[in-house]
Amino acid sequence: MILETRQLWCRFGGVAAVAGVDFQLEEGEVRCLIGANGAGKSTFFKMLTGQLRPTSGAISVMGRDVTRLAPFEIARLGVGVKMQVPALFDGITVRESLALGALRTLERRRVGDAVQAMLKQIQLEAEADVQVGLLSHGQRQWVELGMVLMADPKLVLLDEPAAGMTRGEVEKTIALIGRLRGRHTVVVVEHDMHFVGRIAEKVTVFHRGMVLAEGSMDTILRDSRVREVYLGRKAGGVRG
Amino acid sequence: MIAKLALAIFGGLALLCGLPLVVETYTLFNLTVFAAMAIFALSLGLVWGFSGILSLGQSVFFGLGAYAYAIAAINFSDSTPALVAALAAPTTLALLIGYFAFFGRVTDVYFGVISLTTSLILYSLVNSTSDQSFVIGKAPLGGYNGIPSVPPINWPFMPEWTLGFEDMYYLTGVLLLIVYVGLRLLLVSPFGRICIGVRESETRAELLGYDVRKYKLGMFCIGAAIAGLAGALFAAWGSFVGPDSFSVSFAAQAIIWVMFGGLGTLIGPIIGCVALQAITTWLGQVKIIDPNIVLGLIFIAAVLLLPQGIVPALQGLYRRFMPRRQGSGAA
Repeated sequence: MILETRQLWCRFGGVAAVAGVDFQLEEGEVRCLIGANGAGKSTFFKMLTGQLRPTSGAISVMGRDVTRLAPFEIARLGVGVKMQVPALFDGITVRESLALGALRTLERRRVGDAVQAMLKQIQLEAEADVQVGLLSHGQRQWVELGMVLMADPKLVLLDEPAAGMTRGEVEKTIALIGRLRGRHTVVVVEHDMHFVGRIAEKVTVFHRGMVLAEGSMDTILRDSRVREVYLGRKAGGVRG
Repeated sequence: MIAKLALAIFGGLALLCGLPLVVETYTLFNLTVFAAMAIFALSLGLVWGFSGILSLGQSVFFGLGAYAYAIAAINFSDSTPALVAALAAPTTLALLIGYFAFFGRVTDVYFGVISLTTSLILYSLVNSTSDQSFVIGKAPLGGYNGIPSVPPINWPFMPEWTLGFEDMYYLTGVLLLIVYVGLRLLLVSPFGRICIGVRESETRAELLGYDVRKYKLGMFCIGAAIAGLAGALFAAWGSFVGPDSFSVSFAAQAIIWVMFGGLGTLIGPIIGCVALQAITTWLGQVKIIDPNIVLGLIFIAAVLLLPQGIVPALQGLYRRFMPRRQGSGAA
């Protein structure tokens, strides 16, 4: 098990944003977390990355308890995180941003080649020396994903990687995530059911801070509870 | 990078050696203190421009370096341990303040307030030491009168070989060049590059596995040591150190130098410092108008017309007419 949470709770005052979530993720999986706004996905995600402390419960990554660790300590265990609102180095170039993703894990002399390879993978070779702040929204999302992948993390956590993208950009992101399959374990928080249908092997549905259902996309689509609380009438037309 | 550094070194040395041939002794005397102040401006330019730490009271480290030099030089009758003290005292204080602030997750604005308050405390503290009982070894602190007769810098461990004013000019100029080149190298090292990343986004730096607190603390301490060196050179140059070295107005001057020259560059603070000091010195001589009024007007004009400072504005013009690459770096 690469990631596991046990009875994870997060309360804000009297409100339980996450209420006793038990979650397991096998190595090599591509898992999507879905749910309506306020279902607890983002709170759960932030607890996994160390940005939010759980009220109670435990999180373990690769067998190690990370419940009280800071984000940088969790990252050092081999966890890469892409935020919902891209957290980027806007004032420096794409090339330098990617290099910063690798400086901690790679020998200095190998960083240049690794950056070049990543530029090719995220298809931003032409923008290598452009300041990140000048890029389009989609390009910025890929730079962030590239930075995350530069450290070659075992576990990749992506919060709405296709948010605000055009259809063409979404397709490119789907292809990018597809290339991670087999080399990384991936967790994706996503609203876009078309996107989820294209990438997920297994889906976990959040509702009111709890796991409502879990299984393959087909299982989730057939689940009457999921249809009632989340998918509604859209369920029939979500497969891309 | 190597070519740019070589150009900076040879250009700097040529300027350093050439100026005494064309300017008067008095100008050389002024240039020495301009260079010392430029080192101080670099210290603020480094911590503010390259790691995003707005140290509103950076003068604390300048003043502490000046006082540490004066006290140690008077007591040891040798500038060698005094210079070490001038680096060690501000670095130690920066380590203490920085540790509690950065590891305590104090936010940027509050950190600015803490550093400003520290400078106010030290200013008041030193001002109130005029009683003869405030003596460290052989050095009276002197309160608002400051410490006069600060010994000059001598050759290492040779107190009888002191530097004259022209030697001080060369020493200060060379030290400015060394600090500038050293910082250029620091900023292309992994440590420097990560600090720039921290400046851009602490969240992203942390999510990439960097302990942001340690990088900020490291940069803050380096900045404090550089400010301390500038303070020591100032004290040795004028044979005097007073509590004004800690003052808020002096700290504000450094902020103006950095903003005027260009935040996020290394050459900007040097140019801003030297240009504005030259203007205020000249205005002080001709006595047409209060230099502080002109300084204020220049600052307002710079903020309105060149908000990024002179050097970034010139770099922007250069890129506009010679488009090559759009990345930013340390100039």
